[in-house]
Amino acid sequence: MKTKLSLIAMATLLAAGGANAALLRIACGSTGGELELCKQSVAEWAKKTGNEVQVVTPPNDSNERLALYQQILGSGSDKIDVLQIDVVWPGLLASHLVDLKPYTKGVEKEYFPSMIANNTVGGKLLALPWFTDAGLLYYRKDLLEKYKLQPPTTWDEMAADAKKVQDGERAAGNDKMWGYVWQGRAYEGLTCDAVEWLASYNGGSIIEPNGKVSINNPQAIKAIDGAAKWVGTISPKAVLNYGEEEARGVFQSGNAVFMRNWPYAWALAQKDESPVKGKVGIMALPKGGANGRNAAALGGWQLAVSKYSKNAKLAADLAVYLTSAEVQKMRAVSGAYNPTMPALYKDADVLKANPFMGDLLSTFTSAVARPSSVTASKYNQVSNQFWNATHDVLSGNATATDALGRLDASLKRMGPWK
Amino acid sequence: MDDSLIARARRRQAYWLVLPVIIVLAAIAGWPLLRTIWFSLTNAQLSDMGNSQFIGLANYIGEAGVLRDGEWWNSVRNTLFFAVISVILETLLGLGVALLLNTPSRIQALLRAAVLVPWAIPTVVSAKMWSWMLNDQFGVVNAMLQNLHIISSPLAFTADPHLSFPTIIMVDVWKTTPFMALLILAALQLVPEDCYEAAHMDGVPRWRIFRYITLPLIMPGILVAMIFRTLDALRVFDLIYVMTSNSHVTKSMSVYVREQLIDFQQVGYGSASATLLFLIIAISTLIYMAGTRSRMEAN
Repeated sequence: MKTKLSLIAMATLLAAGGANAALLRIACGSTGGELELCKQSVAEWAKKTGNEVQVVTPPNDSNERLALYQQILGSGSDKIDVLQIDVVWPGLLASHLVDLKPYTKGVEKEYFPSMIANNTVGGKLLALPWFTDAGLLYYRKDLLEKYKLQPPTTWDEMAADAKKVQDGERAAGNDKMWGYVWQGRAYEGLTCDAVEWLASYNGGSIIEPNGKVSINNPQAIKAIDGAAKWVGTISPKAVLNYGEEEARGVFQSGNAVFMRNWPYAWALAQKDESPVKGKVGIMALPKGGANGRNAAALGGWQLAVSKYSKNAKLAADLAVYLTSAEVQKMRAVSGAYNPTMPALYKDADVLKANPFMGDLLSTFTSAVARPSSVTASKYNQVSNQFWNATHDVLSGNATATDALGRLDASLKRMGPWK
Repeated sequence: MDDSLIARARRRQAYWLVLPVIIVLAAIAGWPLLRTIWFSLTNAQLSDMGNSQFIGLANYIGEAGVLRDGEWWNSVRNTLFFAVISVILETLLGLGVALLLNTPSRIQALLRAAVLVPWAIPTVVSAKMWSWMLNDQFGVVNAMLQNLHIISSPLAFTADPHLSFPTIIMVDVWKTTPFMALLILAALQLVPEDCYEAAHMDGVPRWRIFRYITLPLIMPGILVAMIFRTLDALRVFDLIYVMTSNSHVTKSMSVYVREQLIDFQQVGYGSASATLLFLIIAISTLIYMAGTRSRMEAN
């Protein structure tokens, strides 16, 4: 009798649990160790709340990912509840996302105000900042020491150092050695790299916040021409088809002196199985000449909730949990994902695992934004034209003067911007 | 009188029999095509499909129309170039492979199966596979060429603007030669054995046998195979997109259309370019059919 009763009790409990438990789907990235960390935190939330969450992996290439999101959201599908979106997308996807303000209970005050502002479109908070990104220069401490070089302050110094070490190492037997690897494929990553070159030479930001098309200026031409000289000399020609992971592949296997990448590469380079463990240093990207500045492109990913989700409230709760200080700290310590809350940059554990986060705090807070606000729904077209023009110059099919002149005319035709 | 009645009844029956096919074709090919043509006359955006206006032919011939976009003409040039070169290479290699496969051998069946492997692999998979094999740092192709001292430093097959197009054509040829070989082999096996016997009796040299017996008899088969391949090549997408992404050195018409439709969300403009793509393929087919009509019907 007793067993029978308890069985009934259990069955009722299970049924009740079943009735409340919802199935959510989250799309989170899979660059480097991202996916593992996402799965881990999602599982914790699922266990805590008794719901089931499936992790969907969208493509690594951010253009592909955006295209997929737009297809899914455009058809009003409830296939994905929580989406990981790029810092330049809130404007593009605004009409498909839920206002998260009612669910956050005021936690948005703990984040960097600039990030909350970026994610607020028309008074609605469309996404919570999950981690922020800025382009950084990775370098091989051991190799610079071996050749008695100081970390470079300008691009020209960087190129000279890269050449010196590359030649030296090749003569010593490693014929796979390259000076500098970065993102040169015709995609959004090239826009980020090139925006950094422009800013470092004080060459503007393609289209200025006031709507003026500024790309055709002598400093910008100098910046792009300078980068084109790297291809085939200190960077392999194949860099023209490299994304983040291809560049990391070369650097982490010990075959590059310098690399431009986002912070995530730090945690992977420091793993036990990494051939360059303990030999890597990080600094701000070099200046464009003595009068230039250190510029890092602003990246970073946000969590948003789809308007078509059947469980928007739960989905918002998951997004709030994943972007909470606790989860962000874990991700910073084990994955080098930069927190989006100022308080975490003072956290001892975070700084111990990622010393650069404290040293380079100003780089993160003063990162250069891509012109996504001023171009709004046309950002993708502008970025596409910009990376294609840049790619043409890098691959030697056009001079920077011609390519940027044509781009300037084309962007002006596409306007007015404001 | 009776005859014509029966004939009429038969004709009616024939119409009924093909009706299901016509309905299915209209639903899965006709309707989407008409919709695309309709969208091409509007300024529809993917993010906001409800709010579109009729704008006539502006997407085609307007100030910012497809026909005035240098990028579109670049992709048309790329596609035509790709189609002509790859189909010629595939036909020649396919013919060679088919002739080899047609000679009796103990392992003929095995060879026939083996040769089909590249064709059986999905394009996305083989494109990704080749991307890795051709990778400049870790790729096996560069390693082999370097070990054989053919090249001194690794080549950037998919990144170098001078190499990326030949690379794409090479992978396409690798993948679709089996298809050509198979169709040509089918044609070869239909050539009556007695023609060869008679020629052997008369002591005709092998080259002349091939030139005057084999080739004319398999020509209709080759031409049909070529048109299949040409149609395929003109709408090439996956191979180029996987191997070189959006790079405009290798951009094909389909890549251009997808970029406008998906990346830029311009359903109207993208549909206009899709309609042009359709017209270009239709016209190429008609020209090809007209040019080869007599030969295709030779059999």
